[in-house]
Amino acid sequence: MTHPFLFLKWLGEQLHLELGEHVLYTWFVMLVLILLGFAASRGIKMVPAGLQNFMEVVVSGIENLIEETMGHKGMAYFPLIATFALFILVSNLIALIPGFMPPTANLNTNGALALTVFAMTHIVGFKEHGISYLKHFMGPILVLAPLMFIIEVIGHLARPLSLSLRLFGNMYGHEIVLMIFLALVPLLLPVPMMVMGVLVACIQTFVFTLLAMIYIAGALEEAH
Amino acid sequence: MQFFAWCMIAAGFGMAIGSFGTGLGQGLAIKSAVEGVARNPGASGKILTTMMIGLAMIESLAIYVFVVCMIILFANPFTEKVLGMAGQMTH
Repeated sequence: MTHPFLFLKWLGEQLHLELGEHVLYTWFVMLVLILLGFAASRGIKMVPAGLQNFMEVVVSGIENLIEETMGHKGMAYFPLIATFALFILVSNLIALIPGFMPPTANLNTNGALALTVFAMTHIVGFKEHGISYLKHFMGPILVLAPLMFIIEVIGHLARPLSLSLRLFGNMYGHEIVLMIFLALVPLLLPVPMMVMGVLVACIQTFVFTLLAMIYIAGALEEAH
Repeated sequence: MQFFAWCMIAAGFGMAIGSFGTGLGQGLAIKSAVEGVARNPGASGKILTTMMIGLAMIESLAIYVFVVCMIILFANPFTEKVLGMAGQMTH
């Protein structure tokens, strides 16, 4: 099941680049976000208008979410969380343009994002608590510590797996359904699926960002 | 050659059973959310947000089943071996 035609893949073949299409589309999303950042910060006014207003709403929304979930110490991780949110949102929404493939429909992109969250969780834990971060894995009763350690390690290893697979399954499944509907009745049948695609894109962004925040907040807080 | 028939059957039944459980789970979640909003319409914003997160979590179980079915159908690691064995038997 492959796309019939992808713009950037065609462009890559013209330029003889031997890269997967998810890399090319990741660069495209990066370009979009960088241009958005530049455009929103030209001529900053005290009373915002237009694009600056819109970006301020988005940024303050993410800030409120971080304050709510991670408390005050969480503001240090705002750039990482906001990058996840904006990158995944734009990547998912690109899926609805014909001829574009969302980079999040490839397991490699999602694996990279999920492994970043995993690494950040443990780095933050060790930085915040030092070696006593390992007490997080011991559980409340000290006698059961070896058993709890194994269970907690398995739970922690399941986190990047579930994060990446959830996003991959949603985006790739949506692409496949759209391709099947386009093969069946191209006239108007894909439109309700595309509306659901917008909903799924926003919800999956929210869920990924929220889970990333909860994992990092779990490493920041005190053990049981 | 029966290998491929069994692959189709497994993928179809797997997806059906996965969707069945997910449907029940999400139905219970929405039931509680709607009851909560009916009791306290002022809290509907927070209840809706929590419900959306819960639904996405439960949905991810059906997504795992979907990924396994896709692997069985399109990225099956045993296809080459089976085709090799079938090729050897006809020679």
